[in-house]
Amino acid sequence: MTVPTAPTAPTAPTAPTASPAATAGPAGARETPEAVFDAAVAADERIEPRDWMPEAYRASLVRQIAQHAHSEIIGMQPEANWITRAPSLRRKAILMAKVQDEAGHGLYLYSAAETLGVSRDELLDKLHTGRQKYSSIFNYPTLTWADVGAIGWLVDGAAITNQVPLCRCSYGPYARAMVRICKEESFHQRQGYEALLALSRGTPEQHAMAQDAVDRWWWPSLMMFGPPDDESSHSAQSMAWKIKRHSNDELRRRFVDICVPQAEALGLTLPDPELRWNEERGHYDFGAIDWAEFREVLKGDGPCNEQRITQRRRAHEDGAWVREAAAAHAAKHGEATR
Amino acid sequence: MTATTPALTGAALALGDDALVLSHRLGEWAGHAPVLEEEVALANIALDLLGQARVLLSLAGDEDELAFLREERAFRNVQLVEQPNGDFARTIARQLYFSTYQRLLYGRLAAAGESPLSGLAAKAVKEVAYHQDHAEQWTLRLGDGTAESHDRMRAGCEALWRFTGELFRPVEGVDVDWAELEADWLASVTGVLERATLTLPEGPRTGAWRAGAGRQGLHTEPFGRMLAEMQHLHRSHPGATW
Repeated sequence: MTVPTAPTAPTAPTAPTASPAATAGPAGARETPEAVFDAAVAADERIEPRDWMPEAYRASLVRQIAQHAHSEIIGMQPEANWITRAPSLRRKAILMAKVQDEAGHGLYLYSAAETLGVSRDELLDKLHTGRQKYSSIFNYPTLTWADVGAIGWLVDGAAITNQVPLCRCSYGPYARAMVRICKEESFHQRQGYEALLALSRGTPEQHAMAQDAVDRWWWPSLMMFGPPDDESSHSAQSMAWKIKRHSNDELRRRFVDICVPQAEALGLTLPDPELRWNEERGHYDFGAIDWAEFREVLKGDGPCNEQRITQRRRAHEDGAWVREAAAAHAAKHGEATR
Repeated sequence: MTATTPALTGAALALGDDALVLSHRLGEWAGHAPVLEEEVALANIALDLLGQARVLLSLAGDEDELAFLREERAFRNVQLVEQPNGDFARTIARQLYFSTYQRLLYGRLAAAGESPLSGLAAKAVKEVAYHQDHAEQWTLRLGDGTAESHDRMRAGCEALWRFTGELFRPVEGVDVDWAELEADWLASVTGVLERATLTLPEGPRTGAWRAGAGRQGLHTEPFGRMLAEMQHLHRSHPGATW
């Protein structure tokens, strides 16, 4: 399980020669690694693990990919909360498959992060000690079965809106992980929508359950896109590096535009009295997000922050003897077969 | 497709309940596994079992009615599968005992052919072969890992041992040689435990409340609580579709 740690700093200024951009400079001028990197990014080429990259680019990617991986892992909890209570065997199978996919997404993403010279153990340790974050959305509780549908529709919907552009991210391993993840996520999103539709068209109690869930998950889903553009500290640099392709507010607007007709088709309302079509802009106008709540949740004071991280830590600590056993067994039998 | 004879209905219920209940127990691990790879593996096994349960229960009637509206005394699963997860070693011991049984049983049913159960068995035997391999690999790692894991694996195997006799009580409608099945099971489990530096537990595997009790609807105390959780939502909305 231990991964050889690649040097986090370039050991020698070995500029990549494979990149066509490397030869595109002014004749005779020896190009610096920075220039090669900048040219590759400008030409929409993929940066790969062995390529030189600015330390800040590496650090920014580690932060983002790790946070993404942690979100998949913590995100298993609110949904797993309903596995043992799912109301039909079909829904139970769908939910189990989804939670399993999330563990798999976590694995892809930790692997992508490891290509940048960090180890999964190191990143998990940072999650467990609160030095790295996960998506604020998973600090909200799943109080009814309908929450499982609302998460599929809104939370996965927001995630997809955020992640589809990441399939074109400048860092190759991350972009490729996102291609695989987005395919599965859109499947989950359709299933969530379909579960919510069944509730909306079901008994009055089921319809009310669906509406209540949408009422509770709508605003937190909009917060998933992050702070407004004028307060987003990492955005400008991430966009210059083509890690990010669109601003937070732009993606949020896109998401609202997609959701409004879907809510209508579901026969459910969105809890925003200011939501209305703006002919002039060609977008929906919507009400103000409660950024104070967002900051509170990010700071660790959301409804489930403590519970989520405690469960994650406990699973890790309770499993320590299992991981030690696997390592001891491998060491014994590795030696025996040599 | 519904079973045509009472014996077949009974067999489908017995085997279907085994798969349903064990799947539920494994589902309880989601978000609690010792390592990410095991989140994937345990959920995978749970899903396979749930798939088997759905096919089998549908042979006997409506899968959701059978799963969510029967009370404890009407369930026909063996007591082994309803045992609480305990630590990872106990879960693996349960999995070793049960997946070895399922593989031997489904292997025979698949080979016999011409029965309504053989189609399911042919598909399921491939899944349970994987489950058995997973359980065996972990039995080896834990048994022959550290002193702590060795002790925990031994404790898990011993605690569940008394529930294994029931696996070989003949089920009406399941036409296999049960004595031979038991002999093969013992040989397989003994071999794995020995390789894992463990020994076959001693102690009784039969008795009034052990051998065949689950198949007759007599279950252990944790089972009712498990069903209460599993059935609560479905029962709260009579007649609703999901």
